[in-house]
Amino acid sequence: MSRAVAGPEIERLIQLLSKLPGLGPRSARRAALHLIQKKDQLLVPLTQAMEVAVDRVVVCSRCGNVDTSDPCTICSDQRRDPHMLVVVEDVADLWALERAGVLNARYHVLGGTLSPLDGVGPDDLSIDALVERVSADAVTEVILAVNATVEGQTTAHFITDRLAGLPVKVSRLAHGVPVGGELDYLDEGTLSAAIRSRTPF
Amino acid sequence: MQWADEGIILATRKHGETSLILELMTPGHGRHLGLVRGGRSRRLQPFLQAGNTVSVTWRARLDEHLGTVVAEPVTERASRLIAGALGIYGLQVLTALLRLLPERDPHPALYTALAVVLDDLGDPISAGELVARFELAVLGDLGFGLDLARCAATGATDDLAFVSPRTGRAVSRTAGEPYRDRLLPLPRFLSARAEGQPTPHDLAAAFSLSGYFLDRHVYEPRGITVPPARERLLALIAGHGAVV
Repeated sequence: MSRAVAGPEIERLIQLLSKLPGLGPRSARRAALHLIQKKDQLLVPLTQAMEVAVDRVVVCSRCGNVDTSDPCTICSDQRRDPHMLVVVEDVADLWALERAGVLNARYHVLGGTLSPLDGVGPDDLSIDALVERVSADAVTEVILAVNATVEGQTTAHFITDRLAGLPVKVSRLAHGVPVGGELDYLDEGTLSAAIRSRTPF
Repeated sequence: MQWADEGIILATRKHGETSLILELMTPGHGRHLGLVRGGRSRRLQPFLQAGNTVSVTWRARLDEHLGTVVAEPVTERASRLIAGALGIYGLQVLTALLRLLPERDPHPALYTALAVVLDDLGDPISAGELVARFELAVLGDLGFGLDLARCAATGATDDLAFVSPRTGRAVSRTAGEPYRDRLLPLPRFLSARAEGQPTPHDLAAAFSLSGYFLDRHVYEPRGITVPPARERLLALIAGHGAVV
């Protein structure tokens, strides 16, 4: 049995840090030690920032994004095209698309994908809210920015079926060669998808 | 413990931040699970998708362990399957059916049939025929096979038009006519002397037949529901030509 090298408070800090993505028990121990050694520069501001986050972070009631205001910054931005809606699986995907900065649209976060294996059905996702939003907000185009996996594309087809009766154009992201990708190293599935989705040049 | 085999990926589940649990259908080891370390990497994830055939090596200290899998791509169908509604719903119906089988129980005929059906999920009519036959084959492998070769009453092998809901045996048109309201219709393409391509009406009858026995022998006793993808697949086949 290993002996504790620090008090229960520090062990608790290490235990919590080890639950963060990318951190295991060893890296959590290093992170905890670093925070403790830089108490004024890191630990105190981090604690304050986390307290503020706990108090103020809310889920946007319109799109499902996380922010400190409801509606969120994106939904309240009047410069964004209100007629274009990008559907994403989770907030990480929304942030990824915003990082790219190619869209001036609004978003709708589904909260996951349909997965019979994991018992996730349409009622577990915000698909009804999406349909209501498309009908009420006079949306003209819905872009399905879901993952190119079986679950992601099942969700895309299900949403397309649900939106079938509405006057809205439904599109989805292209599948193919990534920027910087070398054909020789690509898998056959991606290559065949790229050939099928080829565009005039 | 170690074995090498080929397998068709039925499903993947995330495990931790970098790994995947792969659910495979193999000819020699049946439905089998295994952990793929680094399975969510950029190199492995594109081909570790449901519907693809992979060559696998499974290793574990004891046979009852989950074990680790090293996989290499053999046939990549996933990108084609997920491109259309027929492919995606067909794949889900097939994987849900195979999940009814016990783990690690070999069903080589179903493995071969699975590869054939997955390669032919482009046309609604042929896909419908293959999936309906696959449902009957799964019922057979589960021990609830239908006897559609000859009439249960007369022994005749031609003009079989009905199936008894009690015994699952075919009944000829003449023998079954007085009881037709109590019998299930048998589409011609499923009878012993099948000829020609089935119509959407035949396919609806075939799915109704297999659905009845799946419900009675498998879904109800196990307390599970019919996968929603089946209903969507049937809707696509019924309205084929409109959506593929």
